[in-house]
Amino acid sequence: MIAPLVIFDLLLALTIVALAVAVLCLRDLFAMIVVFIIFGLVSALAWVRLSAPDVALAEAAIGTGVTGALLLKTLHHLRYVTGRLGQNAARGLTAMAPVPVAVLLANAAFCGLITLGLAVAFLGAPAAGPGFEGLVAQAMPQSGVEHSVTAVLLNFRAYDTLMEVVVLLAAVIAVWQIERGLSEAPAPVMGVVWQGFARLALPVIVVVGTYLLWVGAEAPGGAFQGGAMLAAVGLLLLLTRAYVPQPGHRGLARGAFVLGTAAFCAGGPSGGQRGPRGL
Amino acid sequence: MTPDLIYGATGIAVFGIGLVGALCAQDRLRRVLALKLCSVGAGFLLLVGAWREPPSTPDPVPHALVITGIVVMVSATAVALALIRRLQTLEAEDEH
Repeated sequence: MIAPLVIFDLLLALTIVALAVAVLCLRDLFAMIVVFIIFGLVSALAWVRLSAPDVALAEAAIGTGVTGALLLKTLHHLRYVTGRLGQNAARGLTAMAPVPVAVLLANAAFCGLITLGLAVAFLGAPAAGPGFEGLVAQAMPQSGVEHSVTAVLLNFRAYDTLMEVVVLLAAVIAVWQIERGLSEAPAPVMGVVWQGFARLALPVIVVVGTYLLWVGAEAPGGAFQGGAMLAAVGLLLLLTRAYVPQPGHRGLARGAFVLGTAAFCAGGPSGGQRGPRGL
Repeated sequence: MTPDLIYGATGIAVFGIGLVGALCAQDRLRRVLALKLCSVGAGFLLLVGAWREPPSTPDPVPHALVITGIVVMVSATAVALALIRRLQTLEAEDEH
């Protein structure tokens, strides 16, 4: 007799693999992005089953939500450019020389080999040896928070997280530089229903985002997940035209980004030194 | 049949699918998405390594690593998508 949870796990795993294949096979780019968002949310569900609710929240909010918004923006831009200039590269497909079948087969065989190696390494790995959980549990009283993942992220491995924030800042600067002088596709006009929905949803998202930020100290949640929720507020404001970006505000936004990173620099190392050496 | 075995196999499969997509896909948007699939597969493997039988709690260090990875992947994706938008605009202007 198989336990019902095992059946659920198997079904979930099959769904995830099928969605991953669908992402690569769907011809319509909009459908591809939608399937990708579903894939991210279903993987987040699987990560909850692996008792990793923090990671599932991060994947759902950042890996799927923010990435999905960026993908849809890119698709909108591609369609706008191809539509306005009437060029034949419809649906964002770039006109490239067709790849020989032999090269495709060689690539696929190469990928298969790497995946096979990964599978061998996974199956041959020693069964669940002692990890860092003992060390972390010992050091928890020094960290000042009660949730172990937050303690690792913001205290014991604070330099990792600092670099992560710097990477985020670097990406923002790079995107701003790349987009300089790029003609912006006009935002689609939103209907009355959408405006009303945004008005209702905005306060709720602000509350949930702040709650995630605050609850991270003792339960799953945390800064990045809460930050992604707050970023959603900004997106909604932009889409509903409640806030229209002014050229004068650009310097303010730049200052805010740099200030955020500097604040983490100031707060991070002091926490980092309290962590145990083993981590 | 424990969750770590099932989701370990899932992670390997997703990673392999993403790798094939990144090398063989024709359009740029799909390649970026395929790389993102790879990162999700790697996340699965790390989380499976951190998993312990339910009474005991999982190892928090790989969890923190995966969260860091997700944020870095979003940054990389944002830059890649900005490059795609720019390239598309330049190509469209060339053809015009």
